[in-house]
Amino acid sequence: MTTPSHAPSHPHYHINGKRPGVDWAATIKDAGLAAFVALLLTVPLVGLRTVDRPTGLGIEARPEEVIASLVLVFLGRLGLGLIRQGMALPVLILALACAGVGLVLPMPTQVLRLVLVLGGGVIALRAAMTVATGRSKLSQADRDKRMDRFAAKVQHASRYIGPVAVAFAAVLPLTPLADRMILDIGILLLTYIMLGWGLNIVVGLAGLLDLGYVAFYAVGAYSYALLAHYFGLSFWLCLPLAGLLAACSGVLLGFPVLRLRGDYFAIVTLGFGEIIRIILVNWYQFTGGPNGISGIPRPSFFGIADFSRTPAEGMAAFHELFGLEFSPLHRIVFLYYLILALALVVNLFTLRVRKLPLGRAWEALREDDIACASLGINRTNMKLAAFAIAAMFGGFAGSFFATRQGFISPESFTFIESAIILAIVVLGGMGSQIGVVVATLLVIGLPEAFRELADYRMLAFGAGMVVIMLWRPRGLLAHRDPTILLHGGKKKPVPAGAAK
Amino acid sequence: MDYFLQQLINGLSLGAIYGLIAIGYTMVYGIIGMINFAHGEIYMIGAFVALITFLAIGALGITWVPLALLIMLVASMLFTSVYGWTVERIAYRPLRSSPRLAPLISAIGMSIFLQNYIQILQGARSKPLQPILPGNLTLMDGAVSVSYVRLATIIITLVLMVGFTILINRTSLGRAQRACEQDKKMAGLLGVNVDRVISLTFVMGAALAAVAGMMVLLIYGVIDFYIGFLAGVKSFTAAVLGGVGSLPGAMLGGVVIGLIEAFWSGYVGSEWKDVATFSILVLVLIFRPTGLLGRPEIEKV
Repeated sequence: MTTPSHAPSHPHYHINGKRPGVDWAATIKDAGLAAFVALLLTVPLVGLRTVDRPTGLGIEARPEEVIASLVLVFLGRLGLGLIRQGMALPVLILALACAGVGLVLPMPTQVLRLVLVLGGGVIALRAAMTVATGRSKLSQADRDKRMDRFAAKVQHASRYIGPVAVAFAAVLPLTPLADRMILDIGILLLTYIMLGWGLNIVVGLAGLLDLGYVAFYAVGAYSYALLAHYFGLSFWLCLPLAGLLAACSGVLLGFPVLRLRGDYFAIVTLGFGEIIRIILVNWYQFTGGPNGISGIPRPSFFGIADFSRTPAEGMAAFHELFGLEFSPLHRIVFLYYLILALALVVNLFTLRVRKLPLGRAWEALREDDIACASLGINRTNMKLAAFAIAAMFGGFAGSFFATRQGFISPESFTFIESAIILAIVVLGGMGSQIGVVVATLLVIGLPEAFRELADYRMLAFGAGMVVIMLWRPRGLLAHRDPTILLHGGKKKPVPAGAAK
Repeated sequence: MDYFLQQLINGLSLGAIYGLIAIGYTMVYGIIGMINFAHGEIYMIGAFVALITFLAIGALGITWVPLALLIMLVASMLFTSVYGWTVERIAYRPLRSSPRLAPLISAIGMSIFLQNYIQILQGARSKPLQPILPGNLTLMDGAVSVSYVRLATIIITLVLMVGFTILINRTSLGRAQRACEQDKKMAGLLGVNVDRVISLTFVMGAALAAVAGMMVLLIYGVIDFYIGFLAGVKSFTAAVLGGVGSLPGAMLGGVVIGLIEAFWSGYVGSEWKDVATFSILVLVLIFRPTGLLGRPEIEKV
């Protein structure tokens, strides 16, 4: 990264930044106020905990945690205030000293140690970045521009990075590195990348905010599971069927709501997503209700061979067919390649469709709805097409999910899934294909790497979403080159992301 | 008939709760044009603060019920509104001039954060509470019984509504708020501190949501960290139904949603009540996008 990570500054920050001395009174007052707010925030919920006692609900006081958070907030705010007033270097040294003391010396309580190390660390990081880049001399617009240039570079480089990444992904299972865990994480990442790319068609290209994408994922998953359960159809037959059904449901849901704009559209799609989930839960005669469907058949090798050691009647065993030694890993590797191929199909489709009238119309719709209508573009049909195609890809991903898990239940299709997929698209920078990959690595990969911190994973996930939005409101790689230019792009185009 | 009246009262008290939350949505949407996705979580925090306050004053030995309820009400409104203020300050204010999606994503992030924050601090298990205000008012020779809690909910909501209407229509703060809703820039030029007004909007919305949270705690006697999501979506539905930006509309929408839910549960079955609510949302948006009391939105080119 060429610019430091930080939350956007407060409006008065530049004025303060240019002030010569340090306004101690104001800084301390500011920090004190922040600490007071922290006191009000923490007293009821952090300081007092409900505990289950045999006699009923009891309560427990945790004053030390309140004090710890107060000290953290006070010092943190003080440190930030001083950094803003050009005292970054002393703050850095002090913060490092604090963190060091916390690490080395014995502390009376664990909480105090945490305060010192964590608080010192964060402040030191911030101060170090200020010292290193002289950020305080840059305005918000400058930083935006810098970041945009960086994003543009990444996008241009994606011409080379893309194939390299695909090649890496393709070779990965063949390397000795690939054990069960790595492949599973790879499959998970690729599933979300595929979903992100699928949703990107609706959100990034057509500019429709869909909060219920998981509904189509669910339709795809349940289509396969139910078709296999009731009719014994194979995965390869069900995959297109699931896509078709999901696309149909996309048209069905999309038709009435596409007239709506912006946030209303978002909330209706959320409603639809919930309706589908509630139907799955309540229609237990058909869908198995909250218990879900188990024993979903695993995919065969294109209907030719099976991955189990002793395949069913009339089916060859994969390892015998290819003269390999039996390994349970074969199935995983096959699944990995399957989802890789599916994801690449979505990517290829998006890259190609942007050059077709349909894709052009989507991008035009995203930029200006009314102008499009004036130019004679059939808005409803265009949006419906985006909705249906994205739904179809969601359906593919869903049936892949079902066959991979072997078990599905409505639990897997809650709103939070939609939020995660949307977060991937928006954090990556809407419409950016490589942004989706980067965001998936961040949003899914990082929490996966910190699996042990299970409880704090979603906490950090939520906080991370807020922080990234504050830092880069347009997404990490939000730079957008116009797909088409006047005069064949001889004039230097103004980057869309830099426009104010 | 008795059954009908019973459901009517259940629906009204439920609707009062939805209405109180919906006001927070509608005010914020009116003034900064964003769906405050974390508002449902604010309501959940209100319920938790009320629960903790009750346990705390119980531990301190205050047992006189009216006093306990008053302390609960004040504490949960106070502490919850600090949460509302902080959420706005941290997650929304820096994004005020950003593209529309940014605050929404930030709000979704905040909502996930707050949910897990409560889950980690207070535990994932649902929190039961023995009835604080037991007893029923029986009407029509015992055919219809109204619990005091539901009655109190309706009364408190009515009182709050009257107070709130006066606040919006008569005070300078209310005037400033209405001015900001119409034109933030102009209001700023005329000396209204727009940031402060927006902050106060969040504070008021959070305080009302806290009351709703406390009422839910009293009526149902059990809360968990996940109650905010569904209540939030339903209340937003109520706000949309009433017409986003309209305060009486939010209350009306809340009551309508509450009644639909109560009657649906009473006559059809409780499994499908959420589908009924969401279907209403979809139908209203399709056939009357401005809601029952909303002004038509003029599309500017």
